Amino acid sequence: MARNEQTGIRAARWYVPYLLLLPGIAWLGAFFIVPMASMFQTSLDGGLGNYSTVIADNSEVIRRTFVFAATATLTCIAIGYPLAYFIATRGGRYKNVLLALVVLPFFVTYLVRTLAWKVLLFDGGPVVGILQDVGILGPDEGLLNTDIGVIGALTYNFLPFMVLPIYVSLEKIDRRLLEAGSDLYASPFRAFRKVTLPLSLPGVFAGTLLTFIPIAGDFVNADLLGSDQQTMIGNIIERNFGQEFFRPELSALSFMLMAVILVAVLVYARLLGTEEIA
Amino acid sequence: MRAVIEIDHVTKRFGDFVAVNDATFEIGEGEFFSMLGPSGCGKTTTLRMIAGFEQPTQGAIRLEGVDVSRVPPYKRNVNTVFQQYALFPHMSVWDNVAFGPRSRKVPKVETARRVDELLEVVRLTEFAKRRPAQLSGGQQQRVALARALVNFPKALLLDEPLGALDLKLRQVMQFELKRIQREVGITFIYVTHDQEEALTMSDRIAVMNAGDVEQIGTPTSIYDAPETVFVAGFIGQANLWPGRVVNRDGAHAVVVAAGAELLAECRTFDARPSADVTLMVRPERVMVSLDEPAAELSRMRATVRDLTFQGPLVRLTMATPAEEPVVANVGHDADLPLLRPGDPVWVSWSRDAACVLPPADVPLTAAELIEEG
Repeated sequence: MARNEQTGIRAARWYVPYLLLLPGIAWLGAFFIVPMASMFQTSLDGGLGNYSTVIADNSEVIRRTFVFAATATLTCIAIGYPLAYFIATRGGRYKNVLLALVVLPFFVTYLVRTLAWKVLLFDGGPVVGILQDVGILGPDEGLLNTDIGVIGALTYNFLPFMVLPIYVSLEKIDRRLLEAGSDLYASPFRAFRKVTLPLSLPGVFAGTLLTFIPIAGDFVNADLLGSDQQTMIGNIIERNFGQEFFRPELSALSFMLMAVILVAVLVYARLLGTEEIA
Repeated sequence: MRAVIEIDHVTKRFGDFVAVNDATFEIGEGEFFSMLGPSGCGKTTTLRMIAGFEQPTQGAIRLEGVDVSRVPPYKRNVNTVFQQYALFPHMSVWDNVAFGPRSRKVPKVETARRVDELLEVVRLTEFAKRRPAQLSGGQQQRVALARALVNFPKALLLDEPLGALDLKLRQVMQFELKRIQREVGITFIYVTHDQEEALTMSDRIAVMNAGDVEQIGTPTSIYDAPETVFVAGFIGQANLWPGRVVNRDGAHAVVVAAGAELLAECRTFDARPSADVTLMVRPERVMVSLDEPAAELSRMRATVRDLTFQGPLVRLTMATPAEEPVVANVGHDADLPLLRPGDPVWVSWSRDAACVLPPADVPLTAAELIEEG
């Protein structure tokens, strides 16, 4: 476009904003789209039958994966929401310290954190001992190699990804809206239910995505803390990766995992009411 | 007039800071009552104590005779229109207005009838399904009003409700508020720092300064007979000169101020001879002439310093021989030639235009005299 004769200012070219997208597109194209396409092609080696085979062979593992992911995510909400609420509303000048404490364990690497749980949960260890003493666990029962052990560790490992987005959405809520609720005869509980909760749902939604998706694909927790009875989809893929023979099946399994997560997220977004997410 | 709200020796402290200092007044049924003052004067804190968001450190607040000082906001039958409206962003206009009745478990049919009725009063019926973010500032303001009024509160508390609107809309809404108040007949307690707004709308005004209630009265009485120098300066414009009483005869006094002997009335302040006082004359009462004014008027020579054209009138800033500033607002019918800075003139006013006030707490400065309020 021509330079303006009077002002000497040149109008911005239409394609300039798109140039900014270029590095991102190139990166995603080379390292995400192309491998995905190739993986999808592999998953069809020998026809669509690969999908029905892996689903039939692993139905129990698939069911367990999503039950674990859903349970751990719900537990994250149950623990994370009150925690975030407390920090946002009662934290005062300690807000940042409290948030730092939430994130602090994550300065230790994922693997070590999970191995530490093994030390905590072993038979005869402190946690099992206390739970046996108060009668929650029987004398012969333990936590290693149980569903509860694995779900507990998954919850622990992903909790901050739930706490932080909920905290942000709670922190953003205008205090005057709560005063308005109180002014309009809402008890503290009703004000929470009608004002705070709906306005913090975007945080819960973001937190759910950030926990549910990685948990559904996780293999470390089941591998280190579980037995055959806790195997998740991630373990199947990890164990068999690199063995030429299973390539089409593993690709199909990966795609199936992705598809289920995608559908679950869409259903979830609809249920939570995308309209609420302003 | 029956009192709806009684403020009984109420003091509010935040740490060492005294936000409201021993305030005592009553607000009557159906009254449009304003609390007026500069920011930090305690007017909003007083309103928040009536609403229940703050509790008085000392004293009692009574709503229809019942002490509500320790009653939480959701159990008080008063409602607030917040400064930035505080509409619920995730609810439609209709649901915003229905929030109060639903909280109080008003039957559905009754709630619907009342919400529709109030939306009609504020003329927003066709916007019922919109979200607050889809409305203009003036419309949001009216939603806030409907949301509060739908509960038929004993008193409606308004915290600078027009502050966020532009001048034109503000004037429209002033008129709207008065119309709505007449229509619903509910007591309005209105907090503002805009003296013109308070004068236009109120039945009575409480002027507040630094936590103290300086004066309570009708707009006319506050304007014509201020009790303190602060009130005189904050409401409207005023010439204020420090002076001394030389003679007192009933309501009339002779005061030496601005280097002259001037006649004045004692309306609110009982000044003894030889007492230090402040003399107030409103600029619109000051006459400016080239010839010597009649002897029964208070009069002084003055020199023109500045002229400001303000549309309907011209503001003349002058100085007396004693270098005291004099401000006059002169209409176009004053029959003056084109004055220039440095021109000698006479200023004069009738005795009833001058009012004797207590001495100022702090020395007056020229800037205060030109204060727009």
